[in-house]
Amino acid sequence: MKPVKVVHYLNQFFGQIGGEEKAGIHPQLKTGPIGVGQLIKKESSDRFEVLQTIICGDNYAAEHLDEVSSLVSKWVEEIQPDVFLAGPAFAAGRYGMACSVMCKTVQQKLGIPSLTAMHSSNPGVDAARKEIYIIETGDSTLDMKRVIPKMVGLAQKILDKVPIGMPQEEGYFPRGLRINVRAEKRGSKRAVEMLLKKLRGEPFETELPLPQFDKVVPAPPVTNLAEAVIALVTEGGIVPKGNPDRIEAHNASKYCKYFIGNKNDLTGEEYQTAHGGYDPVYANDDPDRVLPLDAARLLEKEGVFAKLYDYYYMTVGNVTAVASAARYGREIGELLLREGVQGVILTST
Amino acid sequence: MNELFLRKVRVQDVVFGNRTEISDHVLRINQEELVRYLLEDRRLHSVEIKLARPGEKKRIIPVKDVLEPRAKLDGTLTTFPGFFGSAEPVGTGITYALDGVAVVTCGKLVNFQEGLIDMSGPGAEFSLFSKKLSVILIMEPKENLGKHEHEEAVRVAGIKAASYLGLTGTVTPCDEEIRFPVETFIELENSHQDLPKVIYVDMVIAQGLLHDNYIYGMNAQGSLPVILSPTELMDGAVVSGNCAAPCHKNTTYHQQNNPIAEDLLAEHGKTLCFLGVIAMPVRTALLDKERTCTQVLKLAKFLGAQGAIVSEDGGGNPEADLMMLARLFEKEGIKTVLVTDEYAGRDGASQGLADVTPEADAIVTNGNGNQYVILPPMEETVGHLEAIDVITGGHTGSLRSDGWIEMEIAGIMGSTVEVGSENLKTIAV
Repeated sequence: MKPVKVVHYLNQFFGQIGGEEKAGIHPQLKTGPIGVGQLIKKESSDRFEVLQTIICGDNYAAEHLDEVSSLVSKWVEEIQPDVFLAGPAFAAGRYGMACSVMCKTVQQKLGIPSLTAMHSSNPGVDAARKEIYIIETGDSTLDMKRVIPKMVGLAQKILDKVPIGMPQEEGYFPRGLRINVRAEKRGSKRAVEMLLKKLRGEPFETELPLPQFDKVVPAPPVTNLAEAVIALVTEGGIVPKGNPDRIEAHNASKYCKYFIGNKNDLTGEEYQTAHGGYDPVYANDDPDRVLPLDAARLLEKEGVFAKLYDYYYMTVGNVTAVASAARYGREIGELLLREGVQGVILTST
Repeated sequence: MNELFLRKVRVQDVVFGNRTEISDHVLRINQEELVRYLLEDRRLHSVEIKLARPGEKKRIIPVKDVLEPRAKLDGTLTTFPGFFGSAEPVGTGITYALDGVAVVTCGKLVNFQEGLIDMSGPGAEFSLFSKKLSVILIMEPKENLGKHEHEEAVRVAGIKAASYLGLTGTVTPCDEEIRFPVETFIELENSHQDLPKVIYVDMVIAQGLLHDNYIYGMNAQGSLPVILSPTELMDGAVVSGNCAAPCHKNTTYHQQNNPIAEDLLAEHGKTLCFLGVIAMPVRTALLDKERTCTQVLKLAKFLGAQGAIVSEDGGGNPEADLMMLARLFEKEGIKTVLVTDEYAGRDGASQGLADVTPEADAIVTNGNGNQYVILPPMEETVGHLEAIDVITGGHTGSLRSDGWIEMEIAGIMGSTVEVGSENLKTIAV
């Protein structure tokens, strides 16, 4: 059998460079397999040969996804492997995101089959499940021995161009692609049977689960605005210059809180946007355009409301997982309530 | 109690002959007589009749509608009521059906909304029409005939041919007789008290611009929802004049042989009590949608329905009606199953319906109309092969220089039909 040439992507930890203290390292290329790469070779009975391993720090990748992914695809294009593998990332969010984005970019740009593996809670899953195969793993490295053969097996099938089985057979996350199949019974019969089950209160399974859109009931209006404390909150990514807390440009892993009690205006000298999803020129030129502190101070002065809260909360709502966004919203709301705020001006981009 | 006897005459072959008749399960058609009859309509310039049998290497395109030849034995009643002769209510008495035969209307009409039927090969797996003995009417209109009149002429010709051929059945021994009781609501109430009462809502597009269905010969555009016995569907009370996407326009054949009505009738008196059919016109404007949906709810409540099956016709805006009905019904405690199809994109990655609602928790899907297929050349084209480049599901370049065809199954007649006649469905992978 022809050997399979592999390029493998790892973070600083699996790349055996170091832990969190090394999370800022730039992408680097090393010859041959490292760690998990050895296992890939072994589990493929030496057929998969990791030619090069790309290692990048989790933070560096998270903050420079576009830059890292174009560098990685440039390297992969030069090496011309048969397949590009990344991870497994298990439950590590920044790592999983990087694995997914690298695989997606390599496959889309170069047409080289790419796959990765991670846990269902990893935000990397939703980032690329439609475009690439992502093998489902447990939430820790304990699952490594089970997962590597799955990755190797699926990669082999893709390379051999044999039909890929159903998600549960092959162990990948359903890609959400709706394909046509033949049912045993015609549609009308299935409808009658489904109705009978529904009428009897028995469990039934819809053939077309619909996306469920959460309806958020708006809070009642502030009863006495003139006595209210109002806060500014944004998902538009406004941060102090230099992004001191390193909030991510995509799929933010957190929200941040900054003091504005001594400011009447946000200037481009002191603030910027960290949001990677819109043209930053106008926000960087005048951050009030996204977080309207100047206008809020004016209203405060006019007595429209009693006081502007001394801090603002912010996050980046750019391809941020809905589950994370819901959590940030809930937590920020609870904190503001506790801190005596009655109303919020929430700006979005 | 009233009843309908549906007598099926099995037809195993169709040929041209000197007389139009059936003998030994062979349908013979006097071609000249039928052409002459159809050309009585002065709007038609020419009518050509072609035959195609299952397994033959023939491709029929562009197809407008398909009908099953049926006729009433009784003197005054007619199938396809309201078009010729009587508009008297049908659904009782004796009806003859030529089982295995399909009248196929063909010819350039709108061109975008007509479909393809392959009689063999991979394309034939998508349509029950590929398994029928097809009597194809290729019709060309007189010059300068308007689109609406052209559509009407073609629709009427289909009905005439299906009635004409159906009459041969009435003088032929039948192979099977099925009895359908036609019960009054009092009879239904008294005889099936312990069974859940179920209504079938049969959506019929009525949107103008050649997207219309006819109920008792009347354009459904001007109609409120109407209650029909399932046997009235069998007698052609609903006729398609619908030039919507071929994969999911309910043809007249699909309504005559409506499988949801059939499968509910099969359970009637056993696991459920089938109250009847509500034919529901589907309009475009929101006010019209609200009017028809609330009228359907009114009728369903009036009849005491506890469960409902709703089938879509066409795609896109009718999904607003579908979801509105699910909301209204479920709010009133009427358990609802929706029957639809999807346009989920060639890769299946898109959201396949134009509207959704959380109450729509029980849906049967008849497949993704965007599935891409490559079909081999056939030995004979019945109609106009070049239409493939403009019909729904086709595109410029669909007809390749090597004679093969690349297209979406949206262009194959009835491939994802939303009354559930086929067994195609989607799953998520």
